[in-house]
Amino acid sequence: MTTHATARPAAKTAAKPATMAQALQRAMRDAMAEDPSVHVMGEDVGTLGGVFRITDGLAKEFGEDRCTDTPLAEAGILGTAVGMAMYGLRPVVEMQFDAFAYPAFEQLISHVSRMRNRTRGAMPMPIVVRVPYGGGIGGVEHHSDSSEAYYMATPGLHVVTPATVEDAYGLLRAAIASDDPVVFLEPKRLYWSKADWSPEAPAAVEPIGKAVVRRRGTSATLITYGPSLPVCLEAAEAAQAEGWDLEVVDLRSLVPFDDETVAASVKRTGRAVVVHESTGFAGPGAEIAARVTERCFHHLEAPVLRVAGFDIPYPPPMLERHHLPGVDRVLDAVARLQWEAGR
Amino acid sequence: MDSLQQRSSTVQEPPGAARAYRPTPPPAWRPRTDPAPLLPDAEPLRVLGTDAVADADPELLRRLYRELVRGRRYNAQATALTKQGRLAVYPSTTGQEASEVAAALALEERDWLFPSYRDTLAAVARGLDPVQALTLLRGDWHTGYDPREHRIAPLSTPLATQLPHAVGLAHAARLKGDDVVALAMVGDGGTSEGDFHEALNFAAVWQAPVVFLVQNNGFAISVPLAKQTAAPSLAHKAVGYGMPGRLVDGNDAVAVHQVLGEAVARARRGGGPTLVEAVTYRIDAHTNADDATRYRGDTEVEAWRAHDPILILERELTERGILDEDGRRAAAEEAETMAARLRERMNADPVLDPMDLFAHVYAEKTAQLREQAAQLRAELDAESEAG
Repeated sequence: MTTHATARPAAKTAAKPATMAQALQRAMRDAMAEDPSVHVMGEDVGTLGGVFRITDGLAKEFGEDRCTDTPLAEAGILGTAVGMAMYGLRPVVEMQFDAFAYPAFEQLISHVSRMRNRTRGAMPMPIVVRVPYGGGIGGVEHHSDSSEAYYMATPGLHVVTPATVEDAYGLLRAAIASDDPVVFLEPKRLYWSKADWSPEAPAAVEPIGKAVVRRRGTSATLITYGPSLPVCLEAAEAAQAEGWDLEVVDLRSLVPFDDETVAASVKRTGRAVVVHESTGFAGPGAEIAARVTERCFHHLEAPVLRVAGFDIPYPPPMLERHHLPGVDRVLDAVARLQWEAGR
Repeated sequence: MDSLQQRSSTVQEPPGAARAYRPTPPPAWRPRTDPAPLLPDAEPLRVLGTDAVADADPELLRRLYRELVRGRRYNAQATALTKQGRLAVYPSTTGQEASEVAAALALEERDWLFPSYRDTLAAVARGLDPVQALTLLRGDWHTGYDPREHRIAPLSTPLATQLPHAVGLAHAARLKGDDVVALAMVGDGGTSEGDFHEALNFAAVWQAPVVFLVQNNGFAISVPLAKQTAAPSLAHKAVGYGMPGRLVDGNDAVAVHQVLGEAVARARRGGGPTLVEAVTYRIDAHTNADDATRYRGDTEVEAWRAHDPILILERELTERGILDEDGRRAAAEEAETMAARLRERMNADPVLDPMDLFAHVYAEKTAQLREQAAQLRAELDAESEAG
């Protein structure tokens, strides 16, 4: 399996700084231009271009029938998207904020995720549910949740999250092209992160389900995704001074999970820390640590550790810096990997 | 002097209010639609027992009768199958056959039906194989038919969640330029769910070609309508969304067919959604797992038996010379043949392939599902070796 980011062909046009928000917008625009069955819908996605401006210009370019401002009701947005998918459309719905998606849970869990299964393959649900998620932007209550564990626990859904500008484009294109429903988690605090990326010549779209090694290392693997990737890369640089050569794996897809890439990395390094800002108890890291342990037990020099948000409701913005796993907390965990048997 | 100053100079000062600040009047506001044409009639529409029956097509009346008799027999047979353990559960529509059948017959072939778990009979009246319609309730597979082939959505067990699907499908069809109508069925209890509200609201805002049929059969399992809603009728709820509400006698097959026919035609010509409440009664318990004697008395049930949908149609048609002894016998024989065939097919044990558990979770199996499928394969092989 190709695991390195440089596997993609070089862009033909000169790359210039672009934001993740622009890459996401471009992905929807290209998909809509290529396929008339792609419809974008949600609250404020039309005239306003979304509260984060991710759908900016789509209504103007493709008309309000293709990029639709819906009534303010998440269950209704996803529920009507189900019917549209039944009739052969490919809806891309926006949930505006993580915690606003909860009213749509029943549609997601009772219908979207299992429609293919209950109809024995006759009725796939090619729906993308875009959920801006996570903290770090100073949002007030209900604007910073990390809900990925809820989605991961539901069979039938794909759950993906980009951490780079390039992946934002590639993963969203792959999600829209998927015949299965995809919960597409957008790390809000990376919306304005920039990278040299050419929207004129986007790289090839990779299939969903492949993790990527973002940094090669030998002493331990940091397993992470979405908003925690920059934290882990920074921690890896800082750890260099302490003599730790850290490998960083960006999962990109939580479901399906790329056991192969993750296990191969941990077998090389012998140590692993899972880093995410969602809560630790029954959080994504619990599943990931268990999977790694099952596959790599004899290669492990220390227990698989987790660095997660605290097991608390998401805190008010003035305190969120204490909750979100930062570089220091990752480095503390790395220090604890110096495990001695019997200690 | 401008007009605003002129007007304000005529305003009477309240006593003792020598205030410098005077509130600015809000911009003009008025309701967007006069609710009067949206309101349902005070009484449910009835056609049987009135002169309006003379306007109905005798062939349609005979067809409705045959379908009702067949539907009643279907209900009885399915209920018997639960007692024999051939069905896991069956929510009977005995007493509600008129609205089930009339709903199905109001649709064209290209239209879509969105049934609740109780509406197997509507699906069968639409032409679905009775055995395929029962797979969910049999525990064989969740949906025993291809929804696209029959234009019947899977039976929905969660309440009212299928209603927004109907709205989305109808909206999508209209965007594609197809004159397809979606009919979404829900019970009285389902009208309390949030999805009912959201579906009606989306449908009205989008002017989607949808008809919502509420079969008010008196009880949500055991809870009577009075504890479900304080609205004058369920059809009244339409007004708040800006769509017409219609109230119809759900046991009067001719009236239901007429009201649904009008609503479907209105949706098809771009007139938007309609909410129809069919007032009917569930003669049987909620399902075979329910004891209806705990929440209702015999007197009430007997009163409704006297207003039985088959009885009132049969009397009317016989009186008018549209139905004779031969017609009645032919309908009964047709129903009996259907029941015998259903019995025979349901008594055969379904053959299920356990490997199907992994077949349709995703378009392609994930690595994890491939591993689990291999595990089950090995278990099955070990089982068969052990004999």
